[in-house]
Amino acid sequence: MDFISILSIFVMACFVGYYVVWSVTPALHTPLMAVTNAISSVIIVGALIASAAAGVASAKWLGLIAVALASVNIFGGFAVTARMLAMYKKKEKKALAVKAGS
Amino acid sequence: MEHVVNTPAWALLAYLVSGVLFILALRGLSSPETSRAGNRYGMAGMLIAVVTTLVMQQLAGILEIAVAIAVGGAIGLVTARRIAMTDMPQLVAAFHSLVGMAAVLVGLAAWLNPAAFGIADSAGQIFAISRVELALGTAIGAITFSGSIIAFAKLNGNMSGAPIILPGRHLINFGILGGIIVLVVLYVLSGAGGAGEGSLIPTVVALSFLIGFLLIIPIGGADMPVVVSMLNSYSGWAAAAMGFTLSNSAMIITGALVGSSGAILSYIMCKAMNRSFISVISGGFGQDATAAGGGPVIDRPYKTGSADDAAFLLKNAEKVIIVPGYGMAVAQAQHVLREMGDLLEEQGVDVRYAIHPVAGRMPGHMNVLLAEANVDYEKVFELEDINSDFGQADVAFVIGANDVTNPAAKTDKTSPIYGMPILDVEKAATTLFIKRSMGGAGYAGVENELFFRDNTMMLLSDAKKMVEEIVKAL
Repeated sequence: MDFISILSIFVMACFVGYYVVWSVTPALHTPLMAVTNAISSVIIVGALIASAAAGVASAKWLGLIAVALASVNIFGGFAVTARMLAMYKKKEKKALAVKAGS
Repeated sequence: MEHVVNTPAWALLAYLVSGVLFILALRGLSSPETSRAGNRYGMAGMLIAVVTTLVMQQLAGILEIAVAIAVGGAIGLVTARRIAMTDMPQLVAAFHSLVGMAAVLVGLAAWLNPAAFGIADSAGQIFAISRVELALGTAIGAITFSGSIIAFAKLNGNMSGAPIILPGRHLINFGILGGIIVLVVLYVLSGAGGAGEGSLIPTVVALSFLIGFLLIIPIGGADMPVVVSMLNSYSGWAAAAMGFTLSNSAMIITGALVGSSGAILSYIMCKAMNRSFISVISGGFGQDATAAGGGPVIDRPYKTGSADDAAFLLKNAEKVIIVPGYGMAVAQAQHVLREMGDLLEEQGVDVRYAIHPVAGRMPGHMNVLLAEANVDYEKVFELEDINSDFGQADVAFVIGANDVTNPAAKTDKTSPIYGMPILDVEKAATTLFIKRSMGGAGYAGVENELFFRDNTMMLLSDAKKMVEEIVKAL
């Protein structure tokens, strides 16, 4: 891809990001930060390329360390987000909610 | 322009798909019901991006890579499982630092071995445009790393939350920032732009580490929600810059999403404090309060009450609005608070929760804690949705919040928090205020007028202990 196509994707994605993030409910801002954290570790793609390349040993090692760091983030970020999101629930099952509503 | 990475068409499509899945992951967060599916889209997107990259490289070096992923993944999973919800701000800061460091390492690896990234010509010289991207990506990554480490230390209590002010810090900071820009320009223009040549890139990285550190130390603990959001944004821009280097759409889309997300959250936080972004990041807020020492002298009458008094008032109320703040998190009082809420509801009291956008140490911090304690999220309201209801409430129950309820923000033009939107707890028939002691003002160092009003009752105790006693009395 040439630079202009890449730039176009970037600019469009900024707009998408702007509108999508404004639609996030404030109650979920902490999970939002955790999940953006996890997805920004897509930088692992670069780390994988460096790790797989033969030739320059130092670059390979840096790549592998980066893979490990990004993995902490990917697994940790998604897991902690899932843990948080599982806590957001309505309490319809409980009898007391019915009483309060009636 | 000139640089072409030989990525096959199927891989380009796969990266695009993963980028779209990341968008859906954020879209899902528009409501708690759709959020869990959203998170799974995010995981799928990541899986696609990783597998695509591995397959494209014909699984070269897969063994070492698998070990690295397993080690990192195990650490991540264990941490995610063990972390207490009150510690979420530090965890997020720590995770940001990892993204930053990964960006630095990838940048350095690309600099050492540009051929692997397809960003060098046949003579081994890195393309000019790639040099810009590479230098920017590593610099932003390094700032994210060291800034997040400081934010982590402040949030985790390894370092005092008080601002650390160096003399002439703005001059130093601008000097270093200018230095980084000059070095980047020199690198882009220099003849020595090949693989691992010269010391310009390592110097840029070193200076960026330093500036990240210097930028965050003068910022006080209570401004951390803005800092954490800002670093969130930086980690996104670092990923985007690396995405440009690799012409990778998944990285660019994600970087832009994360970058805008962090920027919007910073904006929301600043607005909720009525402060400009510049004033927050230039730091020093709240230092006067610490410098004054001992807090304001209390020489005015105020009413105090016991847990029994509070229980009596709560029981006989029709509508109660609970206002949690950082003090609730510190005291870990969310579970017993929910218990109190349940007991009141059983007695027919309408209990709701009101959350100020900057309550806690990161955006949405209070909501997560209440969700952890099993509070129904439909009973939890944001400032603008509930503020007009305080007038009809019989009791406003403030636990561990202070400045976000201070009416001086509306009336006192000289107050440092003037203009900040506050929760109108003073409009409730009675305000119950749980506070450790009458000394010590809020983070802004301002006395809260509310304490001395006739319809305010101060409950002076540890938040958790007081709520436990109220529960007993109910």
